[in-house]
Amino acid sequence: MIVDINFIGLIITSIMASAVPLILASCGELITERSGVLNLGVEGMMIIGAISGFALMIVTGSLVIAVFGAMLAGVLISTIFAFLTQTLITNHVATGLALTIFGIGISAMIGKNFVGIPGKDFPILFESFKDAIPFLSPILFGHSIVFYFAFALPFLTNYFLKKTKIGLIVRAVGDSPDSASNQGINVRLVRYLCILYGGAMCGLAGAYLSMIYTPQWIENMTGGRGWIALALVVFSTWNPIKILVGAMIFGGLTIIQFHMQAVGVRIPVQFLTALPYIVTIIVLVVISRDSRKIRLSTPSSLGKSFYKDN
Amino acid sequence: MHKIFIRSLVSSLVFLFTLTVSAVAKDVKAAFVYIGPTGDHGWTYQHDVGRKAVEDAGFKTTYVEGVPESADAERVLRQLANSGHDIIFTTSFGYMNPTNKVAKEFPNVKFEHATGYKREHANVSTYAARFYEGRTILGTIAGSMTKSNVIGYVASFPIPEVIRGINSFTLAAQKVNPNIKTKIVWAFTWYDPGKEAEAAKALIDQGADIIAQHTDSTAIVQIAEKAGIFAFGQASDMDKFAPKAVLTSVENNWGPYYVDRVKAVANGTWDQKDTWHGIGDGMVVISDLDNSIPADVRAKVNQLEKDLASGKVHSFTGPIYDQQGNLMVAEGQTADDGMLAGMMTYVKGVEGDIPK
Repeated sequence: MIVDINFIGLIITSIMASAVPLILASCGELITERSGVLNLGVEGMMIIGAISGFALMIVTGSLVIAVFGAMLAGVLISTIFAFLTQTLITNHVATGLALTIFGIGISAMIGKNFVGIPGKDFPILFESFKDAIPFLSPILFGHSIVFYFAFALPFLTNYFLKKTKIGLIVRAVGDSPDSASNQGINVRLVRYLCILYGGAMCGLAGAYLSMIYTPQWIENMTGGRGWIALALVVFSTWNPIKILVGAMIFGGLTIIQFHMQAVGVRIPVQFLTALPYIVTIIVLVVISRDSRKIRLSTPSSLGKSFYKDN
Repeated sequence: MHKIFIRSLVSSLVFLFTLTVSAVAKDVKAAFVYIGPTGDHGWTYQHDVGRKAVEDAGFKTTYVEGVPESADAERVLRQLANSGHDIIFTTSFGYMNPTNKVAKEFPNVKFEHATGYKREHANVSTYAARFYEGRTILGTIAGSMTKSNVIGYVASFPIPEVIRGINSFTLAAQKVNPNIKTKIVWAFTWYDPGKEAEAAKALIDQGADIIAQHTDSTAIVQIAEKAGIFAFGQASDMDKFAPKAVLTSVENNWGPYYVDRVKAVANGTWDQKDTWHGIGDGMVVISDLDNSIPADVRAKVNQLEKDLASGKVHSFTGPIYDQQGNLMVAEGQTADDGMLAGMMTYVKGVEGDIPK
C-alpha cells in the first residue's frame, strides 16, 4: 500500500474536482431555498446547462460564450419555473419535478446532433507551479477558472447572506414573506431573482461537467448529481460553508471507493451510492429532534407559495 | 426511481411514435429494442449503427430506446410484435426472459436476443460477439508498452462477459511481459462519464500507465490523454476523443449480422441459431493502430489479428491457472465455449477479488 504524501495530494485533487459541480449547484439552490422557494429542478437545470455549454462550444468555438451561454440557459429554464410558481402560484414540488423531466428530455433532443464529438481543451491556470510544492501544488494549481470560482463561492455566499443588505432581504423573504412584504419588500421579485440565480449556478455546474470534467456530450450525463446537490443543501442545514464540507464528502465517496478497490478493499458500491441520501436523512432526523435548530436553520416558508399581492 | 420513471415515459413516447411510423410500411420490418439512448456513443450507439445498415439495405426499421430490463420490456416487445414487425432484435442481456416469454406468444415473429443463452422457442435466436479476441490484441499491446508494469482496467459489472475480457486481456499481456499486474476497478455502470473518469483517475494515481475499459463512454480515454498516458477505446473508434492516448479500439460491428438476418427473414431462410462471431467474421473489428506503437509490436499485433481470425490462435490456450493456482485449461487445450460463457473466476495475475 502506498502512503505517499503526493499520492494523497492527488486523491484530494480528484475529490475537489468531483465536488465542483455539487458546490456550484448547491450554492445556487441554497440561495433559492433561502428565499423560501424549493426548486427540485436542479438536475434538469444542470443537464440543460451541460448541453447548452457543450453545444455553444462546438458551434461558436468560444469557451467564454459557451460558459455564459450555459448560465443563461439555466436562467431561461428557471424563468419557466419562476413564472409558474411565483406568478401562477403552482406547487413548488410538482413544478420542480416537471422541470427536471423537461430538462432531461429537451437536452436529449438537442444533444442528438452533438453525440460523438470531442470537446475542446479548457485552459487551466497556474500550470507552471504544478510541481513546485509537493502535496500542495496539485491541490492549489493547474485548475480551470470554474474550479477556483466554485471553491470561493461558499464563502461569497456566506458573506452575501450574513453581511449584505440584499442577503438579509433574501433571508427575510424566506423566513417570513408576510413581514417582509409589510416592510415594503417585493417578495415576488426577490424570489424571482433568487430562482434565476439558482438556475445560472446549476447551468454553470452542468457546463463544468460537459466542458471541463469530461468534455463531451452524453445523454443523462449529470447522472443524478442534481439530486445529490439538493440533498447537500439539506445536509448543510442551509449553511454555505457546510456545503463545501458536504460536497467534498459526497463527491469523494466514489473516488475513495475506487482507490480502495484498486488496493483490494471492497465496499458494496450500492451502499456508497445510497450514502449521500442516508446521511442527509440522518441529518434531517438529528436537526428535527431539536426544534430550536429547525427554527434557526430551515427557511420557515420553504416550499410555501406566497399569495399576497404586492 | 425518477430515472426509471422518466425513461419509461420517454420510451413510451418514442414507442407511440414508432407505432405511427411503422403503420405505413409493408415488407419485412425489423425492430430494435435498446437498453440505453442511441446517444450513448457506446453499446446502444453501435447497435443503432447496425440498424442503419439494415435501413441502407432497403428494409424498414424501428427502434425503441431506453427500455428498462423489466416488465416494461415485455410490454414493448408485445406491442412491437403486434404492430407487424417480422423480426425483433433485443440488444441487452436483461431482455433474455422477456424475449423468450413474448416469443412464445408470437410464433410467427422472429426474435434475436443479444448476449443471452436461452432459446426456449423455435423463433428465438441468440447472438453475441467474441470481444475477448479483441482484448487479446489490447493485452498484447499493453504488455509490450507499459513502463510501470501496472495496467489499469475499468470494469462495469461482474458478469462472465466482462470477466472473460479481463482474463483474455491479462493472459495476453502476461505472455509478452510476465511482470505486469492488472488492477481492476469496478465502476458498476455501463456509462456514466463522471464515474468512469473518477475510476480512471484513481487507477492513474495508483501508478497505471495504460488503461483499458469495459465501460462505454469516452471519458476514460480523455482522462488518459490529459494525464499523458495510453488507453484503449471501447465499442467504437475513440481515437478522435484522445488522439495521443488511444492506441487502438475494439469496435462492435453488428451491421453485417443484422442485414444477414433480416434478409434471411425476407427470403424465408431464417432459422434458429446461436451465433458467436469474432474477428474472423468481422463482428469484432480492431481500429487502426496508433503511430506510437513500435514497429515490432505492430508487426506482432497484425500477425496475431490474422491468427485469431483464422482460428490458429485462441485467446484462452492452456496452461491457464486461476488466482489460487488451480489449473483451468490444460497445456495444449483451449477453453470451450461453455467454459467461456460461464467464466466467473479470474486467471492468475489479476489482482483482487470479483465483487459479489
